[in-house]
Order: sequence, then C-alpha cells, then structure tokens
Amino acid sequence: MVMNIEKKGVIFSVNGPVVIAQNLPDAKMYDMARVGTKKLAGEIIGIHGSAVTIQVYEETAGLQPGEPVETTHEPLSVELGPGLIGNIFDGTQRPLDVILKSSGYFIPRGVEAIPLDRTKKWDFKPVVKIGIAVQPGDVLGEVQESTTIVHKIMVPPGLSGTVKSIKPGAFTVEQTIAVLDTPEGEKKISMLQRWPVRTPRPYVRKLNVDEPLITGQRVIDTFFPIAKGGVACIPGPFGSGKTVVQHQLAKWSNAEVIVFIGCGERGNEMTDVLMEFPELIDPYTGEPLMKRTILIANTSNMPVAAREASVYTGITMAEYYRDMGYNVALMADSTSRWAEAMREISGRLEEMPGDEGFPAYLGSRIASFYERSGKIQCLAQEDRQGSLSVIGAVSPPGGDLSEPVTQNTLRVVQVFWGLEDRLAYKRHFPAINWLISYSLYIQNLESYFKENVGFDFSDLRALAMRILQQEAELEEIVRLVGVESLSFKERFILEVARSIREDFLQQNAFVDIDTFTSLQKQYLMLKVVLVYYQEGMKALDQGLSLRDILSIPVRERIGRIKFVPEDQSSKLKEIISEIQDQMKAKMRGEVESNV
Amino acid sequence: MYKEYTTISEIADPLLNVEQVADAHYMEIVEIELSDGSRKRGQVLMTSSGKALIQVFEGTEGIGIGQARVKFLGRVMELPVSPDILGRIFNGSGVPIDGGPEIFPDDRLDINGNPMNPVARDYPIDFIQTGVSAIDGLNTLVRGQKLPIFSASGLPHARLAAQIARQAKVLGETETFAVVFGALGITFEEANYFMAELRNTGAIERSVLFINLADDPAVERIITPRMALTAAEYLAFTRDMQVLVILTDMTNYCEALREISAARREVPGRRGYPGYLYTDLASLYERAGRIRGKKGSITQIPILTMPEDDKTHPIPDLTGYITEGQIILSRQLHRKGIYPPVDILPSLSRLRDKGIGKGKTREDHSDVANQLFAAYARGREAVELATILGEASLTDTDRIYMKFAERFEATFIRQGEYENRTIDETLNIGWELLRMLPKEELKRIRDGYLDTYYVQIKEAAAGVQEG
Repeated sequence: MVMNIEKKGVIFSVNGPVVIAQNLPDAKMYDMARVGTKKLAGEIIGIHGSAVTIQVYEETAGLQPGEPVETTHEPLSVELGPGLIGNIFDGTQRPLDVILKSSGYFIPRGVEAIPLDRTKKWDFKPVVKIGIAVQPGDVLGEVQESTTIVHKIMVPPGLSGTVKSIKPGAFTVEQTIAVLDTPEGEKKISMLQRWPVRTPRPYVRKLNVDEPLITGQRVIDTFFPIAKGGVACIPGPFGSGKTVVQHQLAKWSNAEVIVFIGCGERGNEMTDVLMEFPELIDPYTGEPLMKRTILIANTSNMPVAAREASVYTGITMAEYYRDMGYNVALMADSTSRWAEAMREISGRLEEMPGDEGFPAYLGSRIASFYERSGKIQCLAQEDRQGSLSVIGAVSPPGGDLSEPVTQNTLRVVQVFWGLEDRLAYKRHFPAINWLISYSLYIQNLESYFKENVGFDFSDLRALAMRILQQEAELEEIVRLVGVESLSFKERFILEVARSIREDFLQQNAFVDIDTFTSLQKQYLMLKVVLVYYQEGMKALDQGLSLRDILSIPVRERIGRIKFVPEDQSSKLKEIISEIQDQMKAKMRGEVESNV
Repeated sequence: MYKEYTTISEIADPLLNVEQVADAHYMEIVEIELSDGSRKRGQVLMTSSGKALIQVFEGTEGIGIGQARVKFLGRVMELPVSPDILGRIFNGSGVPIDGGPEIFPDDRLDINGNPMNPVARDYPIDFIQTGVSAIDGLNTLVRGQKLPIFSASGLPHARLAAQIARQAKVLGETETFAVVFGALGITFEEANYFMAELRNTGAIERSVLFINLADDPAVERIITPRMALTAAEYLAFTRDMQVLVILTDMTNYCEALREISAARREVPGRRGYPGYLYTDLASLYERAGRIRGKKGSITQIPILTMPEDDKTHPIPDLTGYITEGQIILSRQLHRKGIYPPVDILPSLSRLRDKGIGKGKTREDHSDVANQLFAAYARGREAVELATILGEASLTDTDRIYMKFAERFEATFIRQGEYENRTIDETLNIGWELLRMLPKEELKRIRDGYLDTYYVQIKEAAAGVQEG
C-alpha cells in the first residue's frame, strides 16, 4: 500500500476497537489511519474538533495513550487486477496464505501483506491498437487469469485518451502495459487498479433482469428462482442449514465468478470451502470450482471492525468482474454479523441506539449494500453487459424474523428463502419453508422458462404450489378431527403433497447424484409427480378406490426419481407413461370386476 | 520499576477509576495493594490520557479511595505454561490451589491468544467414539469440533460430559489425550464430581483444571475460560496432544460479562447482554480446531444451562450460531427416566458427514442416521396426534411410526452411564429399529445398503430367535 505520511497525531483513549486520536492533521472521514507503534490499520469514522474517532481493524490490547497515529490520506481501498481469483483474503483484503507464510498459524497484530503478488508475471495480450481513442471501461487487453476466467484489463474510471503505446508480453501487475495520451498529459496504465470499497463502481445504467441464476437446487430454481443480477436473502435460525445452502449456491450456480464472504462465521467453514472447492468440478466448465472463486474470510474471532469492512471489500471485487462483462454472484454469510459489527462500533461511539441497540442508520446501510447488485450496461464504448447477484444469509436471534436486520433486509430483497428449524429437525433439507418464501422474479423469468424448459413449466409450478397449500389446510383438519374425516380425494392430495415434499423438494447436498439437478430434470421430476396426481384424480372420479391408486407398482419408481442420472432423463419420461398405463390398467380391471 | 498510583477516584463494583495515570495500556494487568497488605488483580478496560478504567477480578471489597495502591504491570494477562501443568488444579486466575509446587514456566502466553488463520486450519474429519449412541450415531463428534451441550437446571449434563471424557477415543489410534476442565461459577459439588470422576479413571494425571466456584468472584470468570483455552492450545499445538476442553457453565460466564457491561453503563443488546456477546463468545469457541501439519487438536464441549429451558435465549442462541452443532438435553425424556436425555431432533452435529462413512465408521452410517431422524420425527408427530385424538385416529403406518418412536427412545437413546457402545453396536441397534418399518418407507437409504443390512440383520435376528 502506497501512502503519504507527514505529520502525526497521538492516541487519546482506547475503548475496544474504537480509538480516539488528537491533533491528527488533515483527518478526513473514511480515510485510513495507522494507529500506534504497531501501525494497526484503522478507519476514521468521526471528527469532533481536534478529536478524531478511528475504528481499528485489529485487536487493540496493549495500545496506550500517547502512541502516534498517522493518516494515509486514502480511503479504505482494495487492489483490483489479475490474481484475485482463487485467492483467500481477510476483511481488509490481506491475503491469508501470505500471512500464513510470514507469520505462522495464528494471525498476529499489525501484520502487513500486499493483496496482489508483485512478482508474478502475467501474459498480457492487447486487444486495441495504437492510436485508438479509449474511454473508461474500455478493454485494453486480456490476461488468462485462471483456466476459466479471462481477465480484462480496462481503462480505469475517470481516464480517457488515445493509446500511445501498448505491447504484449509478460508483466507484473505494477508494470506499465500501455500509455495513454490524455488532455492532462501522458498516463501510464498498469494492470493494477485501486478502488475505495465504500463507493460503488460506475456503470452506464441498470437493466431489467430476465434470466435465472440457475442453482441446481430444486426448491430454488423451480419455486423461488433468483435472477442473474437479483438479490435474495436466506434468514434462518441456527442449525437450519443457511451455510449449506450458501455453499450449494457457491458451488452450483451458473455464474462465471463467485465471491464468497465468510463474515463473522466459523473458521472451519472457510476451511471446508478451501479444501473442497479445488476438488469439486464446475458442471458448466468442467474445471475446478476454485478457478472461478474469490474467498473473503473474516471469521467470528477475527477483529470486529474488519468484519464490518469485509462485505464492502467483497462486493467491490465482485463489481470489478461484473464490469468486465461477467455474471458474478456474491454470497455473504452472514449479514447479521456485519450488522452486529456496526452495532458494536456504534455502541462504543455512544451513539443513540435504534431498535435492539442497532444504530439508526442500519436500514440505509443494508439497502445501499444490496443496491450494488443488478444487471448493468458496463461502462465502455462497446456493448457489454454484466450482472451481480447478491445472496445474503441472515441469522435472526432466536429465529425471530421480526428482528431489525431481517426486516430491513426484506424491504430491499426480491427473493426470500425462509429457512425453518422445524423442517431441519425432520431432516427436510434444504429447510426452505415453501409457504412463507417468495420470489418476485417469477414474472420476469416466465418467458425464459417457457422457451428453455417447458411450455407448461409455470402451470406445473402453480399446481404443485396449490397442492402444498391445500396440504397445509388439510393438516389443520387432521389435527383437529383425524384423518378419517377426510374424503378420498383429500387424502390423495395429502399423499401427493408428501411426494412433492419428499421426492422433489428434499435434496441431499452430500449425495453426488442429488446435489445438483438441471432445470430440464427438475421439470421432468415435477411432471412425474403431477401426472400421477392428475391421473389419480381422474381415476378417483371414475370410482377407483384410494388403495388402488396408491398401490400401483410405479409408485416405487416415483419415490426414487432423484436418483435418475442427469443423462438418462428419458427414464423419467418412461415413468410418466408407466403411470398412465398402469392407471389405465387399474381402471380396466375395475370396470371388468364391476361387470 | 512499575508505576504505582494512589489516585483511585471512583469505585463501582467491579470497576475502579484511576486518575492522573501516565498512559495505561489497553487490557494491561494491574495489581492493587490494599491497606492491609493483601493484593488483588485487575485489567484495564478503557484508557485515555491521564485516566484508566479498571475491572477488578477479585471484587472491590476492601478497596478504599486514597489507601489502595494501583500498580500497572505493563503486560496483558498471561498464563505460565510447561508440561508440568498436567495433573494440576488452578483457581480461576491461574494460581495453583492443589498445594503442589509452583510452575516453572517454559513460556508465558497471552491468554487472549490470536485468531487462527483460516488457511492454517485443517478440517476436522476424525471420528471420536464417545460410546454414547445418541451422539455417535446421530450427532457425531469429530476431533477439533466445538459441540456444546445445551442443558437446563436439574438435568444430568455433568454426568454426560464426564461419560464423554471417560470414554472418548479415536478408533485405531493411540495418541496422548488430555482433558482441560474449566469450571465457571459452578457449585463445589459439581466441580468435585468432575474431579472425582477424573481421579477414579486415572485421567487426572493428564488433566488440567481451572476452578472458579459459585462463591468465587464473578469477574474472574471472564478470564478462567481464556486460561483454560490457552493451556489447551499449548498442550495441543506445542505438545502435540489431543485435548478435550470442557467448560461449564457458560451461562455463568455470560452473566459475568453482563454484570461488567451494566457497571460500565454500556448500551445493552438483547435481554441486557452486551452487544458484543457474540464476538466475545466467538473469541472462546473459535479456539477449537486443528492445524495443518500439526498432530494435536482441541475439541471443545462447552456446557450451558438454558434459562427457563429456552433455546432462543441469547446465550444458547448465540452459542448455536458459533458452534458446530449442539447436543440438547430434554426435561421430558429425563422425566421418563431416560439417560442420557438427548433430544435428538433439535440436536445437530454440523461436522457429522465429514467424520463418518466408509473407512471412518461404516458406509451405511449417514443413511441410517438420516432415516432414524426422519422416522423418529414422524413417530413423534404421531404420538402427539394420538394424545389429542386417540390412537384409533391414526393410520396404520402412523401407528407403526408411533411404536418406532417409543422403542427408539427406550433402546437407542437410553443407555447406561457406564455403557460404552461401539459404533457397530450403535448402528446395528439402528437397523433393528428400522426393521419395524416397511421397506418402502426407507426412502433415505440407498438400495445397496438396504440389500446388505436390512436383509442381513433381519436374517441374523431371525437366526437368533430360532436358536
């Protein structure tokens, strides 16, 4: 990090991560500071006369009034350039593997580490010629960053001119790859850019979302889909499987770049990702998943102020890849920890608290974070589009969705996957409650599903939803007066609803064949269950008994549809015709026995 | 050489304000000498030019303005460590209370530790056999996990924890185990029970105990678990031992934290607990785990009692969000006389699936566990329905599930306090129970295992009956 340090201030007081400094010249809001003799990283978050309030990103034990404080005259920024993919950073973009090598198994205080490797050489291929006029966002050249990601070197925002020189070859991120002639004179461009994390990166305009982010998770893709460029939240009490859902999305969604933020969560979960992702194969590219993933790990025992910063660090990197024209998906697990970090700092600042001690600006911070998502027209002369989908986990205390973080999040997100511990106890996973969840993208995505999956996909979904709704009502009755009081049709609905739940909605993330389901297979699976429903209803109308319908042999095959391999979807069609045949046979038998 | 002050300006138990201080370090340790010559220890909670706020570990009793002398020691709280700490008993602030000799330390470690680099972690995958079916079969404990017991007053959590400490072993390995026990504000009887259990099994020689009893100063409880975990880190990562840490009762720890927060007049979060309770608890629980390339490990079993048996109370709630699962004890099962009264439906081990399966436990383990969970959940629903509407209102299948749930509690969950079941025994009991259900109900079990175990064990059982 390049910094410009002149005069120094001194520490006046220390209270947890909040340090007050005095006589710090040129202090500006949100500029970074170096605190104490150990030069702990911090950010200026308040100025009152000569007293400057700093939130420190590292443990402050041992700091003492009188120690020096300096400002770097630069806001908290991240480095953008080749080398981000496949890496793991902490909340302020320090690369954790570099820290491991320099400092051992535990992270000491005041350790500095440069985010991007300065020695590694990247093979740069220009795509523009000398003499071309370029504007911010225009691609100057490309670097093969990983086997799946072509890193586009763009003209940084705020710079335009004509290309004076540009050359192919192997460069480090700091070396000049091109020189621009600009009205302000010659500007050298390297592959490395810096961007302040709290400022959204610029784009031309936002576009309507019209394509689903396919996740391979049946309950999500079929019932509550999220669009590319959309926003979703997953609230749920502990043990309801938030993290597994987040991991599943990071593994299987068809985004080209994944940014996964472990914000105040368990260290072992990040280790899990780190060990698993290089092994797992992306179903879309056939390459290891790590080749498209950036990890941010600020686990619950790492300093709280850095946790507050981690979501911004992550989303800025995500925006950068979006600007190249990629579909990027960002998972933040969990945004509640981010909000609690805000509360903790706010409490130390003795600010007037809002709901449950959270600061009054909680809602606006959450809203502006999620608003950085979207499908956009990229900043460039060419026609280039990118998208950034944001999926935030929320950890409501006691599973109570009325708490401030959940409520403020629900105001801005379009998709709500409500996890429920009651389902998790029954080992119904993913434990997404189908009755309370919703997706507002269904309208936007309707035509996509019609054209690419099946013309009757929406109808099937609506029918399945209706059956599940009826099940909930019928179960109320059963609880009051017993199953005997239901008609055969009603009892059949209960059976079908159970089949939808067990054979379609339940999906085991730890079984290879079940962990990912293509849209086409999802469609056929749902169709199998619903054809059985329709045929069964018809048969009941024609006087067949419930026992007859429940005893047709194909039912056992229906119970195992999830285990039909992706490449044998014809088997599902086979089951559909088997249902029709066996039902017909039953009816003939019935007619004969009546005669 | 240390700076001493007699400038205490304000005392509000357990806090002291000292004025005219020349720049105290944040979190620095202080020694307070009372007018009668006795000493207490404390820690700087807030420092600003000329002022320091101090929390006194042993309580402020006997401290007066103008008499007591405050000495700033210029270092944070440290624990002296050496292999000799094994077999020793310390009080809550790390002073030996067993009458043994002083520890001559190899090293002095900052009790706050440093966060483990996530990249340095090794994922916990080694199955620990505790001999308790409800844990081994369904909520499997693995080495390096933090798995708390959520209990409530009057439930036998201490006996269960002692049973685990007694029986825990990793299959097919002989490595050095150690137990670190942190007592946080528990009664003398409970602490004594643990000590007696460790003594009876000879485990005391490889144990380190830190004892803060109910009548010891509450504030001391803030440092006791940190002492225990620092000792554990030393034994695990410097001495290559497999360390099991038992901390009981975390509820008392959180109460102490609330007490200090209230004394500091901080803005409270839920139910008066400080807003940083999550961060604070995480700084303890996250000190479990394994490190790549290191032999040792730290497995944590914190015990907490849920106020009013309420799982949504901030203490169990925040704990559950940090730990890798939870073992929940149920008053209802306890009343039925079932030991251990583990309520398996809300219990969970997040690391289970990594620690079980072929080569670790048995290939069918995961499927059996899932099926047992699902069947027991359905059985419990049937039981509830039957209590409202009578057994006659159940369908035939539901009646089977109801019987299943009853047998499950009686044979799978229930076991003796000194009964040490192997994982094979546990799974076979599971299969015997599953045989009560029709084969087509076993949707969670893959075909291959169904053929092998459902049939095989059925035949074996039939053979036994005939013979």
